[in-house]
Amino acid sequence: MEQVAEAPLRAAAPARTRSETIAFLIMAAILIIAPFFTYPLFLMQVMCFALFACAFNLLIGYVGLLSFGHALYFGWASYVCAHAAKVWGLTPELAIIAGTLTAAGLGLIAGLLAIRRQGIYFAMITLALAQMMYFFALQAKFTGGEDGIQGVPRGKLFGVFDLGHTMTMYVVVLVIFLGCFLLIHRIINSPFGEVLKAIRENEARAISLGYKTDRYKLMAFVLSATLAGTAGATKAIVLQIASLTDVNWPMSGEVVLMTLVGGLGTIFGPVIGAFVILTMQYKLAPVGEWVLVIQGVIFVACVLLFRRGIVGELARIFKIKL
Amino acid sequence: MNNDIILETEDLTKEFAGFVAVSGVSLKVARGTIHALIGPNGAGKTTCFNLLTKFLAPTKGRIRYKGRDITALAPADVARLGLVRSFQISAVFPHMTVLENVRIALQRQRGTSFDFWRSSKTLDQYNERALALIADVGLSSFVEWQAVELPYGRKRALEIATTLALDPEMMLLDEPMAGMGHEDIDRIAALIKRVAADRTVLMVEHNLSVVENLCDTITVLTRGRVLAEGNYETVSNNPEVREAYMGTGHA
Repeated sequence: MEQVAEAPLRAAAPARTRSETIAFLIMAAILIIAPFFTYPLFLMQVMCFALFACAFNLLIGYVGLLSFGHALYFGWASYVCAHAAKVWGLTPELAIIAGTLTAAGLGLIAGLLAIRRQGIYFAMITLALAQMMYFFALQAKFTGGEDGIQGVPRGKLFGVFDLGHTMTMYVVVLVIFLGCFLLIHRIINSPFGEVLKAIRENEARAISLGYKTDRYKLMAFVLSATLAGTAGATKAIVLQIASLTDVNWPMSGEVVLMTLVGGLGTIFGPVIGAFVILTMQYKLAPVGEWVLVIQGVIFVACVLLFRRGIVGELARIFKIKL
Repeated sequence: MNNDIILETEDLTKEFAGFVAVSGVSLKVARGTIHALIGPNGAGKTTCFNLLTKFLAPTKGRIRYKGRDITALAPADVARLGLVRSFQISAVFPHMTVLENVRIALQRQRGTSFDFWRSSKTLDQYNERALALIADVGLSSFVEWQAVELPYGRKRALEIATTLALDPEMMLLDEPMAGMGHEDIDRIAALIKRVAADRTVLMVEHNLSVVENLCDTITVLTRGRVLAEGNYETVSNNPEVREAYMGTGHA
């Protein structure tokens, strides 16, 4: 009896993850070839936002928590990284680490305050904290207020590789993006991720099995904030600027949109979503403010017509995991 | 004498905005028995149950488990002491497989549940134990099924397997046979009897006839109060109980 039961068990597991492995290799290949065909700076920006959206998706897609203040971690990591590189003269890798750690700390504080709340209250608290820190960024000296921190030096990685060369910078961003992407994939497919899944499926039952669910949610929140910070810090080095845009609430909304368009709770969805939204902003730049209207229409269309998002719908049609 | 009592409540009371759902219930559950809490709709059974597992905080009264006052503990802590509950609506993790459902319970005790850097393949070490528990409740041919696809009776069996994975000293089952057909009722009743061989079971039940052959002690609640207590003979012959049930007890 048990042998019969074990046979499909062994066969089923690899089949479910094979589609993910193939998709990952395709994505990596495209990102390696792409800079020879289009603007590397645009691609680096896409990767930063894709990582931001992936980090956000870790929370909403895999724990079911909607944070409406993720710009806080993205933007503040970007400020600290820019400041560290420009004023303290740290090498880029250390500056990015400084930004990431800042986001982790802010995530821990915000998480402790918000995690016991559910649904809309959770979203509101995260938004309120993010706005509070936005106004702080607006007033504080070191952020440069309306001007932001401009002219951030890219510096030399480990003091050796000059990131002033676009392709060197590209390789660094690619490595950071793929590394963090794999880490997120691992988090979802870890013993910890298994508990997160159980909490999302049936929190009361998870509690009755002895899980202190708030602690797991807090951990997920901090991980998500930290990775959003890595994205923001990397972006500051790439674009050589940290500004109010990155820490303001429309940025929190944009990451929701990217994740939703790509596919909530799919590992590749946020990447596609970030690519689509940024491409649109880039291509539609000539029409000015109308971009926002078009984004709004897409948002509505997503919610009404294809709730699973682009990748979510593909996964459903081809019956694979993505 | 006191050592034989595993769970005890004293004057347990719960009020909801002026409405008294549970009123001064003093309950003693003897170790190693199957104890039923029965009563008509709205008698306060489920409220009482939620109080015992700390999913609700009592307005008044004390709860002692193995001689220790657990009135102020959090629900997860109560579960860690070996007092594990089920739910009225079947409590499974719907989009996880039968195997994953049971493993979630096994993994908690091993303390690797915060390891986000490890592969979930490390959870395969629990497969053997999980498959044994699954076989125990007769679900071996459903191992790879998603819990949501299981028929109702099988879901309850899965829930019991998951609860058993924690090896609890005491199980609290909230209407384990609600909404089941006769065949399923018999199977779950047999299962409860079997798992109760070396643990204590407190179950909430709506229907008196279901607990007739299963339970050692029966406590009847009506309108939040204890109406009668004793074995099936005593309780079913109590005129007040007959009246409270208006015949449904022998349906």
